[in-house]
Parts: sequence; structure tokens; C-alpha cells
Amino acid sequence: MAATKAAIGLWRRLLALFGGLLGGLLGVAGARAADLPENKAETLFHAYTGGGVDAYGPAFLVRKSIFDKVSLTGTYYLDAVSNASIDVVTTASPYKETRHEFGLSADYVYRDAQITFGLMTSNEPDYVANTGNLDVTQEVFGGMTTIAFGFTRASDTVKKHNEPEFKDNADHWQYRLGITQILTTRWLMSANFEALSDEGYLASPYRVARVFGAAVPERTPRTRTGRAVKLRLVGDLGNRDAMNVGYRYFTDTWNIKAHTAEIGYSRYFGENWLADSFFRYYTQTGALFYSDNATSETLFVSRNRQLSTFNNMGLGAKLSYNLRRVPGRYDLKLNGSYEYTRFKFKDFTDLRDGSLYGYASNVIQVYLSATY
Amino acid sequence: MTARSLAVAGAIAASLLGGCAMPSVPTIQPWVKPYERERLGDPIMKLSRDALPDKHFEHVRVVREGARGATGFQGGGCGCN
Repeated sequence: MAATKAAIGLWRRLLALFGGLLGGLLGVAGARAADLPENKAETLFHAYTGGGVDAYGPAFLVRKSIFDKVSLTGTYYLDAVSNASIDVVTTASPYKETRHEFGLSADYVYRDAQITFGLMTSNEPDYVANTGNLDVTQEVFGGMTTIAFGFTRASDTVKKHNEPEFKDNADHWQYRLGITQILTTRWLMSANFEALSDEGYLASPYRVARVFGAAVPERTPRTRTGRAVKLRLVGDLGNRDAMNVGYRYFTDTWNIKAHTAEIGYSRYFGENWLADSFFRYYTQTGALFYSDNATSETLFVSRNRQLSTFNNMGLGAKLSYNLRRVPGRYDLKLNGSYEYTRFKFKDFTDLRDGSLYGYASNVIQVYLSATY
Repeated sequence: MTARSLAVAGAIAASLLGGCAMPSVPTIQPWVKPYERERLGDPIMKLSRDALPDKHFEHVRVVREGARGATGFQGGGCGCN
């Protein structure tokens, strides 16, 4: 009881200090007003192929402001998946399924703040996920600094094909805090932190682990808590070109530690072309209970290669072309992206020949984007 | 220190940072004025230009890697892995 009172007191003091700081900075900022996101429409065709998995489909986004105070966004996303991954071909049968995702969100602007509330639902025959989020961004310090904080809550229902009696749930919480800072007339940076918490059925009802060479259903803890921090720096290089670098560190209670490094370069060509290129490197250590082939009986065991020790390197490019532009009315662009990624697993073997597994993946996107 | 006195201290500290301070104390003003931010407002400088394709890249990574979060994109749950 005393500990609870002390914790409440500490929170009150921290909130008061934060409120005081924000109030002081807002006083300096003066009477400015944040802008609503621009009216926008996007039509995307996306395709992924790699590791025996093909996934493709269309996606649509429409955003429109109403009375200059609220902006509504609707999205639809379809994934048609054909799965013959290494897990599937060595321990199960290839399958096809379709995922539909619908999203609706509203942005509201009050003075220098933007408040976003969103709802999303994702439906597969054996997995339903419902997600809600609330995010706030606040410009301070004369518009040079933007503070963002938000919360996501998701609830999933997990089912299994041909086994109607199997049904379980997974709940997810995400809390985030970020800051974007203008450094100079050409450079800006951002720092983001996110805490993630999962509870419930976090395994796959189809995947099997190996213990003493025998296949057993995987057993995964029902809780997981992670922390991620990401830093980004973006700079105008002065010749109609720009660069960006980023780094993210992630750690969680399953003992996964991951580093992600990104670098990108963008440049305009003539009046109508914009090209981007990017390189990404990702590496992680495996979860405590991951094993390619366990040699002792443990409470938890998994052979999910997503939880193993591996790295990947990706190289990509994007090209945008101004199809039509009528200043003050609309702007229409045609875009194409491609990324090649190579995965190398350190402790996940191909059961067919015993060698360490690895694969290459390709992501292709073709899309139209319009602002109006 | 009470919550109210902390709030006052915070407001004073922020005011000092922001330039509403007493004349003898050096102050920090926003050093990049709104009219100097033209380059920063160019689409080439945006952390994310188009929501759907960036969300797709994020989705492709989240279902294949152990790490998540702090990217600024809203991910929904799925049984994709």
C-alpha cells in the first residue's frame, strides 16, 4: 500500500514537471497551428517472394479532410499467400490463404497538436486481429521540435485449420514516445522509443520443434515484453539530393537482442524524377528457448527460425515519376520499388540435407500516389 | 518538493530555455526560423513519403524478424509467420 502511494506520488511529480516544461515551451512557441495531413490517395500492388513463400495483392488508401479540422483515412490491404516455406515442406503441407485488412483512422488538429485515433481489423481463416491506436503529436519550441506519444492495443484470436476445438487469444500493448528535432536549415533528427508487451498464445499451432530429433508441438511462453529505440538523421546535401541514416536497438524478455542499421540516398533527376536507394543490415541473437534440435527436455522449446540467431542484408531502390501536376489542385505520381534481401541463419538447419539454412527474398511494389 | 513547486520549477526552466527569461541570463531561441525551413519541407526530407508502401515493407520485416517497434508504423497482428 505504501509502495503504491509512493509510486502515485512519483507519477504526479513527474507529470507536473513534464506539464510545466511543456507549458513553458508552448508559451515560447506562440499561437501557431499544426496542419492536417494532406488529402491523399494511394493504390498499391505489392509482391513478395522468398523462402518458398509468395504473397501479393492490392492495397488502397484514401484520406480526406472535413471542415479543415478532421481528416479521415480509410485503408484496405489484401495478402494472397502461397506458403511452401522450409517449415511447411519439411513438416507439413503447402497451403494458400488470403488475408484482408481494413483500417479507419481520424486525425484532429487543435492548435499545435495533432491527435490520431485509428481502428484496424485483419482477417485470415485461422487468425483474426483487432487493433486500436491513439497517437498525439505536439509541436513545441517554435515548431523546431515535435513530440509524439501514442498507445496501441490489439487483441487476436488464434484458430487452427481442421481443428475447430482449438481456439486461443493473444493480447498486445504498445506504448511509444518520440521526438523529431530540426538541427539546422538542412538537417533534422528523430529519436523514438517503444515498449511492447504481449500476452497469450504467442506460438504457432502448426509449427513443430525438435527434441532429440523427434518432432513435438512448440511450447512458447505466454508473455513477452520488448523495448525498441530508434535514431534517425536526415540531411539535405545541397545538390537536390539528401541522405538518411538510422539505427535501432531491440531487446526483449525472451533474450532476443537485435541491431538494425540503415542508410539511404535520394536525388531528383530533372523536373519529374526522384530516385531513392537504400541499404539495410539486421542482426539478432536467438531466444533462450530456441533450439534447432534440443538435447534436453525443457518447459519451453521452439524451432521458429524468426527466434533464432540470424542476420540479413537488404539493398533496394525506388523511382518516382510525376505523371501530372496542376499546382493548387492535384499531383499524381507513378512509383516503383524493389528490394533484394539475403537471410543467413546461424543455427537453423535444412532438415533435408542438414546444412545451415539461408534464402533470398524479393519485394516489388508498383503504386500510384495522388495528393489533391 | 511538492507537485506544484515542481511544475513551477519546470515552467521556469522551460521559459529560460525558450527565451522568456530575465535579461541577464543567456537564452536559447529557436535558431531555425520558419522561413528558413524550405529545404526541410521538401518531400525528399520526409521520414516516410507514402504510407502504404512503407507499411508493406514494415509488414514484410515484422513477420520475419524477431525485433519490432520504434519505426513509427502501425502494425496489426496477423498469423503470417
